[in-house]
Amino acid sequence: MNLFLEALQWILDPASWSGENALGMRILEHLGFSAAVVLAAALIGIPAGVAIGHTGRGRAVVIALTSGARALPTLGLLTLLGLALGIGLEAPFLALLVLALPPVLAGAYAGVEAVPRATVGAARAIGMTERQVLTGVELPLAAPVIVGGLRSAALQVISTATLAAYIADSGLGRPLFRALKTQEYGIMLGASILVALLALVVELCFQALQSAAARRAEPHRAKPGRPGRGRARQHRAPDRAGARRAADRHAHPDAHERIDA
Amino acid sequence: MNWLSQNLHIVGQLLADHLFLSIPPILLSLLISVPLGRLAAGHRRLRTPLLTGTGLLYAIPSLSLFVIIPPIFGFELRSPATMITALTVYGCALLVRGAADAFASVPEDVRLAAAATGHSRWAMFWRVELPLAGPVLLSSLRVVTVSTVSLVTVGAVIGTSSLGTLFTDGFQRGIDASIVTGIVLTVAVAFVLDAACMLIARMAMPWQRAVSRA
Repeated sequence: MNLFLEALQWILDPASWSGENALGMRILEHLGFSAAVVLAAALIGIPAGVAIGHTGRGRAVVIALTSGARALPTLGLLTLLGLALGIGLEAPFLALLVLALPPVLAGAYAGVEAVPRATVGAARAIGMTERQVLTGVELPLAAPVIVGGLRSAALQVISTATLAAYIADSGLGRPLFRALKTQEYGIMLGASILVALLALVVELCFQALQSAAARRAEPHRAKPGRPGRGRARQHRAPDRAGARRAADRHAHPDAHERIDA
Repeated sequence: MNWLSQNLHIVGQLLADHLFLSIPPILLSLLISVPLGRLAAGHRRLRTPLLTGTGLLYAIPSLSLFVIIPPIFGFELRSPATMITALTVYGCALLVRGAADAFASVPEDVRLAAAATGHSRWAMFWRVELPLAGPVLLSSLRVVTVSTVSLVTVGAVIGTSSLGTLFTDGFQRGIDASIVTGIVLTVAVAFVLDAACMLIARMAMPWQRAVSRA
């Protein structure tokens, strides 16, 4: 318990927050670097995932990538790139991008894929262009799952950005590794606690963002949460409008074909 | 290849260390998560706190956890106990949710039928619920297996010996071959343990084979 007091003292010590090694700077570096990686992953992963979900082509690639990437040790990739590219932020950036891409890609793909075909068909039937179908129907409905992918990517990147200090002296890993060398355990513990808190705060922000996206995607669901989870929802009786739609479908089974023709 | 043949002995030792650090947390997290998952699935009031709690544990970075755990439990920083405890916490963070979903997937009428044919709660758990939850539980266990094997390597930066040592050593001494060997072996261990999970599950759930063949 003594060590925790030491850690707390280090975190609360004004000297830790000023000068060249100011903690505020380290936190900003950590967050800025993580944000850059997640942004890059989003710029590549979301369009690619949406395209795969929309066309249904390349599905096997996403599945292979997401399950394969889990086995790949990030520290190995980081050190290998570190040897190739030298000391600096380039190697950690690339290594973390490899870490962040699969969840973003999988989220974007799974989100668009899960939009009911009938809904997409209905959007086309009322004369929406392919572009309108994508931006007006598929993307808003897929948003909670897409944000979910970004959420798990962000969480992993914030956690692993600590390791970046092993290659580039940057972020909250810097005081951690420095204290490891000088065997100042209290500081190591303090830095670890700060990273954990940072990760928790980011996780809670993304949770709120995901709930907001879910509320927007399906406003009639009273309680927002993780998409596709929860038993209560599955057992919920269909509302009256839903029942009428279902009845219509049974009454006019060939309605769909007639419009196509 | 030359590097590998000269260092075969060290690599073998690190591989053994790696296995010793990865297998116990996988088994322990399964042992802890199944009862917790059953509780979360059976009691609506326990579900949210259990799942949110374990979910937040997952948000703690592994390196932080390796440093935070020793003073709490009184372990040495570089001891196997630290790694095994930290990785068990992670395993549970993933598996409790998986187990809760697995038990929730057991149909209510099957449970009622089991009760009606005179199964006690205990017998119902072992002979009805657990076998039916098996396949969903297995898929979560496989995720935990692969990510545990990969996470063990992170311990190398604080000095715990595992295949990750090949990364830190290789980086400090500038030997690509060491790092590449480490990556290949870590991925291989993950795949072998994953295959072992499937094999054991296949023997424990022979009816699955019959269903998939039909």
